[in-house]
Amino acid sequence: MEYFIIIIGSIFVNNIVLAQFLGICPFLGVSSKVGTSVGMGAAVTFVMAIASIAAYLLQYYVLIPLGIGFMQTIVFILVIAALVQMVEIILKKVSPPLYQALGVFLPLITTNCAVLGVAILLVQKEFNLLESVVFSVSTAIGFTLAIVLFAGLREKLELEDLPKAMRGVPVALVTAGILAMAFMGFSGLV
Amino acid sequence: MNKLAIFTKGIIKDNPVFVLLLGMCPTLGTTSSAVNGLGMGAATMFVLVMSNILISSVKNFIPGKVRIPAYIVVIASLVTVLQLCMEAFMGELYKTLGVFIPLIVVNCIILGRAEAFASKNSIFDSALDGLGIGIGFTLALTALGAVRELLGTGALFGYSFIEGDGILLFVLAPGAFIALGYLLVIFNKLTAKSK
Repeated sequence: MEYFIIIIGSIFVNNIVLAQFLGICPFLGVSSKVGTSVGMGAAVTFVMAIASIAAYLLQYYVLIPLGIGFMQTIVFILVIAALVQMVEIILKKVSPPLYQALGVFLPLITTNCAVLGVAILLVQKEFNLLESVVFSVSTAIGFTLAIVLFAGLREKLELEDLPKAMRGVPVALVTAGILAMAFMGFSGLV
Repeated sequence: MNKLAIFTKGIIKDNPVFVLLLGMCPTLGTTSSAVNGLGMGAATMFVLVMSNILISSVKNFIPGKVRIPAYIVVIASLVTVLQLCMEAFMGELYKTLGVFIPLIVVNCIILGRAEAFASKNSIFDSALDGLGIGIGFTLALTALGAVRELLGTGALFGYSFIEGDGILLFVLAPGAFIALGYLLVIFNKLTAKSK
């Protein structure tokens, strides 16, 4: 039941993009086509799951025993950056088709604040290892859901005749606002 | 480029939020009131100016291949310093801004200025550049915070001067997207006219 609440809570109620404002850069940047946004979502899910395990192990087996909890920000960002590089190298060798599909998006993820944000949040919420993994995967699913829905809307918007000052990002932001309003409807669920 | 131009370009012409569209996460996430926007802007400005100064002063010692990780370490250390100081002296603001303080590390504006400006220019110029961009960022955040606070609660910087409750939506998440969207429309309209 607890896990169910975490899953529903982080996919719908506290959607990482539309309610917590993390990962806005890829949300606005890589959402012009449904296909690419699915790829971005998959890459984020993959990296976020691995990063959350790494962050959990580092926090409870390295930082706290050594009494250097204040190093959290520095250690996490370096580990995430190294991890993304490593995932890229391993994927290239082990699964070329998957690398082809995710490849271009992987370097972008280092600067995705959602990944570091989730690592910090799972420590703040004092989750155990399994809860951390469930939390990070469902958060990433929430990200994918938001970005794919948004890309679908933007593909339609491309064809609209808009005032010049509204074209591009401004209208995308207003659309995201309406999407966020729709997601507010889930707030009674948990 | 003269000193004045370096300082002023970040405020309007290359405003990080309205023109370059960088650093959107803290822009949307921390501007539920004008004070929060101002606090977040000032915190980011501190890290930006310090990182520009530090990176510009060590630029000749960092080998080109590892420069990005090196910049990230410098920025992350500065953010940790800021985090500890804010926790000690500004507990309330630190709590409201929450996860967005450690997330200054991944703010693309800071790494962007390190790579595009501080790694090529003198210490003084880099400090000016950081200050200019920082002020531009702070102004944008404060403006968005003020609009949301005014529409959402009828108050400005905590001083209420409109009767009633306001439109609650603007304090909540959707309001952030919609308010920033329309601010961008206004900004585009104004800059298109002046060209």
